[in-house]
Amino acid sequence: MSASNATSHASGRETTEGTVYTVTGGDWDEVVEQAAKSDDERIIVNMGPQHPSTHGVLRLILEIDGETVTEARCGIGYLHTGIEKNLEYRTWTQGTTFVTRMDYLTPFYNETAYCLAVEKLLGIENEIPDRATVIRVLLMELNRLSSHLVAIATGGMELGATTIMIYGFRDRELVLDIFELITGLRMNHAYIRPGGLAQDLPPGAVDQIREFVKKMQKNLTEYDKLATGNPIFKGRMQDVGYLDLAGCMALGATGPILRSTGLPHDLRKTDPYCGYETYDFDVPTADTCDSYGRFLIRLEEMRQSLRIVEQCLDRLEPGPVMVGDKKIAWPAQLALGPDGLGNSLDHIKKIMGTSMEALIHHFKLVTEGFRVPPGQAYAAVESPKGELGVHVVSDGGTRPYRVHFRDPSFTNLQAMAAMCEGGQVADVIVAVASIDPVMGGVDR
Amino acid sequence: MSESNNNGASNNGASNNGASNNNGASNNNGNKAAGGDNGVNPEKDLGSQNLPGQRGDHGEEIRVQRGMFGANNGGDTSGYGGLVRSVRLPGASSRPYGGWFDEVADELEGALEEQDLLPASAIEKTVVDRDELTFHIAREHLVRVARTLRDDPALRFELCTGVSGVHYPEDKGRELHAVYHLRSLTHGRVIRLEVSAPDDDRHVPSLVPVYPTNDWHERETYDFFGLVFDGHPALTRIMMPDDWQGFPQRKDYPLGGIPVEYKGAQIPAPDQRRSYS
Repeated sequence: MSASNATSHASGRETTEGTVYTVTGGDWDEVVEQAAKSDDERIIVNMGPQHPSTHGVLRLILEIDGETVTEARCGIGYLHTGIEKNLEYRTWTQGTTFVTRMDYLTPFYNETAYCLAVEKLLGIENEIPDRATVIRVLLMELNRLSSHLVAIATGGMELGATTIMIYGFRDRELVLDIFELITGLRMNHAYIRPGGLAQDLPPGAVDQIREFVKKMQKNLTEYDKLATGNPIFKGRMQDVGYLDLAGCMALGATGPILRSTGLPHDLRKTDPYCGYETYDFDVPTADTCDSYGRFLIRLEEMRQSLRIVEQCLDRLEPGPVMVGDKKIAWPAQLALGPDGLGNSLDHIKKIMGTSMEALIHHFKLVTEGFRVPPGQAYAAVESPKGELGVHVVSDGGTRPYRVHFRDPSFTNLQAMAAMCEGGQVADVIVAVASIDPVMGGVDR
Repeated sequence: MSESNNNGASNNGASNNGASNNNGASNNNGNKAAGGDNGVNPEKDLGSQNLPGQRGDHGEEIRVQRGMFGANNGGDTSGYGGLVRSVRLPGASSRPYGGWFDEVADELEGALEEQDLLPASAIEKTVVDRDELTFHIAREHLVRVARTLRDDPALRFELCTGVSGVHYPEDKGRELHAVYHLRSLTHGRVIRLEVSAPDDDRHVPSLVPVYPTNDWHERETYDFFGLVFDGHPALTRIMMPDDWQGFPQRKDYPLGGIPVEYKGAQIPAPDQRRSYS
């Protein structure tokens, strides 16, 4: 195809619904012709957005010369759902229902980070009941386990190690069972709310978590036996996806990627929130800057998470799980009825039978929401992937004025080019797996 | 003043709302007839303690809100149509800022002076709110300030956690804000930089030369707000399709949606619903 009609690949025409562009693959002829002419093996390959070894709908655009990647770029946005825009049209409490869906493998981190930011705006950080904070930590650490298990399982699967995939998803299922028992849902919980939690732990939860910790301590050794030190595993992962400290700093990479360079940066230690300074745990690091180091860090972090979970269970004291301020606390006392979880019958009896004011208050708080004083706040938590930061702005209304999530997957994925260029095509998959990007969080 | 009491009650008590509706309507009408003034002047009266949020003349006004429930097409029959209030964000703080904030501010001002840059011309204002330190930076000096914050050993903010855009359509001349959070791993501190650009000149210098991590973040902010980051290596859309028209996170860009029927009632689209902000 000649250069003169190059614009015909994306011709526009006017319709009643606006300009419609028809993008065609017209310039392929040119590409094919040039590729045929050139005597080297330089070609451009699109990997994804629907490829079994990309994480979700990630599109990798690779320029390869033989088996060597000379240039690598990411195409993202396929899973953009406009969550940040949607948040501006819901109340502050409804926001948790949205943010939990961002990085769907770390829902409790999204919820906690968002709630910490809203609580900072409300100025009630010090009024959150201890029990609520301990349960938040407990759920976050269980969530770290489930997220790292998926990272290791899918990472293994992409190497062809299906056994480790089966193991990972088997153990993750145990965590999701606990989540289901506590929140009613395996994912997308909306359980952590501004001011505390939606409800208290159900009976039997503590026992089930204790059993899980015992079982998991045993299961974790299986990963060691199967993968740690395994020559094939090491052969595929060592020195692959290399990114040193300077690269991490420049590209803003955090989490296991940063810790694999030997810097023990963990917000739970350096900028503690939710009382992490009172828990006893270690921050594992590696000094190899590669995928194998990140794998070892994730394994060790799971052990440390189990330690924190045990400490949480020992600390659980009976008490409220929501702030005392009735202007913020959701009025519903939830209870399990014959038709599922809902407002407790006592509460309904009170608002419908005896207290008109309580009924009005309930109605106003649920439909209108509470007001948040104007200003902005930034809260960050150490998610399994790195620093998850939330910037919230309020204009004094009942809805967020602006919520922005600094998702670690989004930032870390930028490092893909630095890790992959100059390496082999097969190593791209290992490197991307070691970043552990989740497209729900990347695209939001 | 009867007007102020009425306003207080309407915002304050859930239980008073229904009852004070009629009162509010008649008072507002009376006010209109008497003074020709459309509602209560927030500058004059909002010192009252029973109003929610931070009102009054402190802080910086970003918007004047009229009426209630988000009704702006003349269909507001609630009686609050004449309500006028100003929306204010926390304003500039004065020394001492407290804690390590003074140290960072001193070091930054000193380092800028060393580069023959008058701190007052680079730092438009300093806001301390909710234990967070914010420097509002004149956009032409943003890169220099960021480089100083990164390189000065006493400051050393190595990690930029990206940029977040905010759109204040009624803050004339400062409609678009770019907000950066910088983290110092060396000193364990977080500060915020904020720059603004008018809507008819949406340009902010790119921080990619200082913090390469901002590459995608600036593309995202451009994609959603239309802020052009001058000097960015490849400022293209990142989330939305390349041929998308408009910038979705701006406040004048509609959310969209269709009304949905639920149990016989029409539920309007989320951006058409009653709003209390």
